[in-house]
Amino acid sequence: MNTGDEMLATATHPEPLIRAIDVAAPAARDEASTTTSSIKIDTEHVSIMYGEKVAVRDVSLQVQSRSILALIGPSGSGKSTFLRCFNRMNDLIPGASVQGAVHLEGENVMDSDVSVVELRRRVGMVFQRPNPFPMSIFENVAYGPRRRGMKDRRKLEELVETSLKRAALWDEVKDDLRHKSGLALSGGQQQRLCIARVLATDPEVILMDEPASALDPVSTLRIEELMRELRQAYTIVIVTHNMQQAARVSDVTAFFTMAEDRAGYLVEVGPTGRIFTRPTEHLTEDYISGRFG
Amino acid sequence: MTATASQAIGRPNGPKPSLRRGSSRGSILADRAATAVLWGTGVFVLLLLGSIIVHFALAAWGVVSPSFVLSDPSDSVLGGVLPVLWNSIYMLALTMLIAVPIGILGGIYMAEYAGDNALTSAIRFAEEAISSVPSIVVGLFGLILFVDEFHWGFTALGGALALTLFNLPLMTRLSEQALRAVPQEERTASLALGATKWQTIRHIIVPLAIPGLITGVILTAGRVFGEAAVLLFTSGIGTPPHYDFSNLDLTNPASPWSPFRPATTLSVYIYKLQSEGLGIYRNQIIDGAAAILISMVLIFNLGARFLGRVLTRRLTAA
Repeated sequence: MNTGDEMLATATHPEPLIRAIDVAAPAARDEASTTTSSIKIDTEHVSIMYGEKVAVRDVSLQVQSRSILALIGPSGSGKSTFLRCFNRMNDLIPGASVQGAVHLEGENVMDSDVSVVELRRRVGMVFQRPNPFPMSIFENVAYGPRRRGMKDRRKLEELVETSLKRAALWDEVKDDLRHKSGLALSGGQQQRLCIARVLATDPEVILMDEPASALDPVSTLRIEELMRELRQAYTIVIVTHNMQQAARVSDVTAFFTMAEDRAGYLVEVGPTGRIFTRPTEHLTEDYISGRFG
Repeated sequence: MTATASQAIGRPNGPKPSLRRGSSRGSILADRAATAVLWGTGVFVLLLLGSIIVHFALAAWGVVSPSFVLSDPSDSVLGGVLPVLWNSIYMLALTMLIAVPIGILGGIYMAEYAGDNALTSAIRFAEEAISSVPSIVVGLFGLILFVDEFHWGFTALGGALALTLFNLPLMTRLSEQALRAVPQEERTASLALGATKWQTIRHIIVPLAIPGLITGVILTAGRVFGEAAVLLFTSGIGTPPHYDFSNLDLTNPASPWSPFRPATTLSVYIYKLQSEGLGIYRNQIIDGAAAILISMVLIFNLGARFLGRVLTRRLTAA
């Protein structure tokens, strides 16, 4: 299978970072995707507990390779919690426990012998509030690759440039990469810097937890454009409160809501066009039409 | 239309409160009083520091000279402070060498690794308890352990270890606080990029905590410079002999570089002169020594802050 080969190639290639970020690579990936529409992430009966409290109950869904899945639903419906189990960020929350399976290309990321460090390199994350490190723009983008042991100056420079270009930030920052702090950028630029920082670690999946909710409308549109471009090479899962945003950017939409006991669950999932025009469930229809939530 | 809307949600019709100041006189007065009191307190603290510095600068005028700093007590009637100044710097370096790494590592453990359990609350209790033990008692403990039990006699090492014992809790606690003050989102961002916990600590948390860590180092250093009680019984109170700085044999108690020799520091020397000095220039020597002690503390503080800025820049850039 194509995905298996890709993993093998990544594992044995001397400089996997450069290869996958290479401008030619996305096109190659695209070709593969048209022939086989593979499943990137497959969750089976995922339930997440905070101590005794069930936050997410029994969610099973699949994410296609090189597509955008939007998770929508009212506050407290467990969308973000569910998103965080894809890269095991829930491990950091004391008392949180996850049941069920999350398969990344067939491998269960919940297995105890999975390296979360490796997992988080393959499944990157962009947060709600832009969170660049208080370092130069260059060092922000180079952070992931450096931690992975990349030292060669020229390779780092190349990688920083390609990552910033792919995040549509290069032209705005190329003149003060090393002198300007990431925190000196505008909110929208900061968020694109955070995306560039994730791209530099050569991920396959990018999780976005309400990436535009702290941004102005123009910056929001730029992030959305960027997501559509990145979709050609990456699998994206986005949590959003903004239904127009879900409708604009996503290929598939999953609607979550809360049960009587306040546990979040998946109501329905389907192609975005259908979910927004002909939802099967009444709850979805009510939420989308604004009657609830 | 707008009128009805504002009536529905706004304040009821009636006399509007005036925008003139009289209407909220009480709270404005309280606000001004608070501003005045806080300014006053700040100025008072500054004046206090200023007057101490000015007092000793004036008192030491004519006493402190290159030869006063660079000669032995027995060289002239006015004496000199070179050996005790050297001992203060030596003790500071030795204590910092032991206390800073342990203090920061302990702080990292407490802030990043230890959970909230019986062990950590016992550690916290011990930190507070040791910090509040009178320093003379810590000195006695050092006397019993290092001087008598270990048969070291009065040594610089014994003094440094007693000072470490005295300062480690503060150093650990301040380090822990500095590390905890780094926002959680920096940790999350680093971990989400596939950094390990140690990489996150090494490359994000510690660099960002450096200003706070430096504060810990400065406070500890100030206590080392100024401490006399702990050292009376551990590193000794005798007037030091002439030091031969070319003697680099660390095992030879005659070498000023050796940790196994008595080491009377500047503070202890001041105490000794004040309580048993008899020379006619006693008071001048005390003032001079005190001025030098204060200068050392100030130089160290400024130097540490500068070093901290350089370190932050280098650590976040690499």
